[in-house]
Amino acid sequence: MSVHLQFDPIRLPPECETLRAEVRAFLAEEIAAGTFDPHQPGHGDAYNRGFSRRVGAKGWIGMTWPKQYGGHERSQLERYVVTEEFRVANAPSHLHFVADRQSGPILLRYAPEHLKADVLPRICRGELCFCIGMSEPGSGSDLFAAKTRATKTDGGWRINGSKIWTTSAQVADYMLALFRTSPPTKDNRRHGLTQFLVDMKTPGIAVNPIYQMTGQRGFNEVVFDDALVPDDHVMGEIDGAWKQATSELAYERSGPERFLETFYVLPELIRALGPEPDLRGAEGLGRLVAQLHTLRRMSVSVAGMLQAGKEPVVEGSIVKDLGTLWEQKLPGRVRELTAFLEPEVINHATLDEQLAFATMIAPKLTIQGGTTEILRGIIARGLGLR
Amino acid sequence: MPGERDQIVAEAAARILGDLAAPQTVNNAKDRAWKAPLWQALGAAGLTLAWVPDALGGAGAGLAEGFAVLGVAGRFALAVPLAETLAAGWLLARGGLQCPPTPMTLAPLRPHDRVAIDADGRLSGRATGVPFARDASHIAVLADGGKAPVIALAAIDDCRLDESRNLAGDAAPTVIFDRVAPIAAAPAPTGFGRTSLLLMGAAIRAVETAGALEAVLSLSVAYANERVAFERPIGKFQAVQQNLARLAGETAAALAAAGSAADTIAHAATFDDAVFLEAASAKVRTAEAATEGAAIAHQVFGAIGFTREHLLHRFTLRLLAWRDDFGNESYWAAELGRHVARRGADEFWPMVASR
Repeated sequence: MSVHLQFDPIRLPPECETLRAEVRAFLAEEIAAGTFDPHQPGHGDAYNRGFSRRVGAKGWIGMTWPKQYGGHERSQLERYVVTEEFRVANAPSHLHFVADRQSGPILLRYAPEHLKADVLPRICRGELCFCIGMSEPGSGSDLFAAKTRATKTDGGWRINGSKIWTTSAQVADYMLALFRTSPPTKDNRRHGLTQFLVDMKTPGIAVNPIYQMTGQRGFNEVVFDDALVPDDHVMGEIDGAWKQATSELAYERSGPERFLETFYVLPELIRALGPEPDLRGAEGLGRLVAQLHTLRRMSVSVAGMLQAGKEPVVEGSIVKDLGTLWEQKLPGRVRELTAFLEPEVINHATLDEQLAFATMIAPKLTIQGGTTEILRGIIARGLGLR
Repeated sequence: MPGERDQIVAEAAARILGDLAAPQTVNNAKDRAWKAPLWQALGAAGLTLAWVPDALGGAGAGLAEGFAVLGVAGRFALAVPLAETLAAGWLLARGGLQCPPTPMTLAPLRPHDRVAIDADGRLSGRATGVPFARDASHIAVLADGGKAPVIALAAIDDCRLDESRNLAGDAAPTVIFDRVAPIAAAPAPTGFGRTSLLLMGAAIRAVETAGALEAVLSLSVAYANERVAFERPIGKFQAVQQNLARLAGETAAALAAAGSAADTIAHAATFDDAVFLEAASAKVRTAEAATEGAAIAHQVFGAIGFTREHLLHRFTLRLLAWRDDFGNESYWAAELGRHVARRGADEFWPMVASR
């Protein structure tokens, strides 16, 4: 058999560059006003309701969604520009980003009309934070081992069990969660899970913090004790959530956030090396530049394919596999390339602080949103090996 | 974006190569007899002089079509000077020089080699690793003139060649020019120089590398699905699947980097900073992919892939050899690093985002 991978050389159209200028001007104003510091990625509150509302007012959340739900009917490539500029600036977009990237598109596809009309415009205004209820104490990468139960009752479903490693649950307004509505069948172990929209203010939901090794509160445990979710909050087919998962993967996995998470150490490396680096510094820097450029061209290409209505699941998984490994190794490369520089010529305080932070968060990059091993399994399936 | 014309030309090339240069057939061949009919067919289809305008004896196809053909050539690990003849024709056309209808190569293609043209119009100097110089009748040269570079066409028979070959066994001699009188010569256009030629060559090898990796990926996946060990196809083992997924990733990176660079050159008015970023990056990244990809493929095939009889080495050894042509990955990485350092940290992201 013949394997076919496609990465067309998609270029961003002129309207994207107009938009990029607007985004940079907006971010410069926010930085000047003290909303965030682009050189301090680990500092400040990543959840900034005021900032997210101002981003919403600019029309940069739900950019590709229909206008009738508060969206702006712009292209995937325009959304791409906003995402990458925010990421490179270290803008505090945690509050709205998950809703913008993946929860909103799921609602658009599977929510009943009145929920779409209620929730989507609030996402677009930057008012809502979403978390994702997938992992459980007994199931992480093995999504279909989830045990948290949704039991049918009058007018809804009673939820019992717990989700874990849930990012943003402490501030989230809603969770999109997978619950077990039936046991798996003999033929299909993926059968029996249903996707629900859960209002986090529902009685019977407790959110317990789990501190990360960086000292940040990134994770939570979310415990459900007979929490009642109404019937109309079922997203899609009961017991059939497994059929709904794949098309979102390309959106979630191929964006610029999948290789830019430690980007800030690279400009700092360029500052440290100075305008005339030695051969070792020049070659080391040049390789990183070539690798970053290539990752971005791959990622833009996938965005272009999504815009064209294709489902580049394998290509998207490849971008995340290569991109997360690259951003994970980047702080180590910068550390090596600055090892012999004279201490007085480099701004050690900034570089050291950024390297320390990037080094500490690096292990999570190849775990969150689909581990390296899971991604390679998906790629292998796409190659026809399983 | 690959256009319809590129597709048609690429399919034509694939048919010719499939008929006359199938890698297993070529690998089994006892002599070089397969080369002449192949070259004739490529020439008849207008592929050898695709980048030469009609007025200079060529086929006048677009750059994008030529790059599409080179991607196909890579998928066949082609061992005739098609890329070199295309590039030589392209170089001669920059100087407005007529092209011969026979196979050509070009020089210099290593960054530290120099060929000069003196006041009498004679060429002197040496160029190492000149691909297929023994299979070519002519050599296109970018020579250092007194003030500006000069583009020249010389007969191979007027040069001295040694016996050097590349890793894949293709002739790659050192070519010595000892006061060689060129057949024709003309000044290079303003702004065109050594870097322009190296960038064009870098993009060409990048495109061939991506094509060869595509073939290596297909061969490796097919083999992993066929070859049974421990009572099942080895492709069912997770360790092998992980390796093949990595090979797919390297192939994807090579395709994206090379495709982007070729697209940039095909649409560029001059060899500006955009061409430099794209072609230099493509050479670095495709060479890295070649190193990784060749190693993974050999690991998948095991001992059989290490034999002369098996066709895998036709691809992997060329992947490794091509890294050294038109500036290796270390050379371009250093150039790229210096360029970025000169412009400074604040210019860096805008530069990346401009592509």
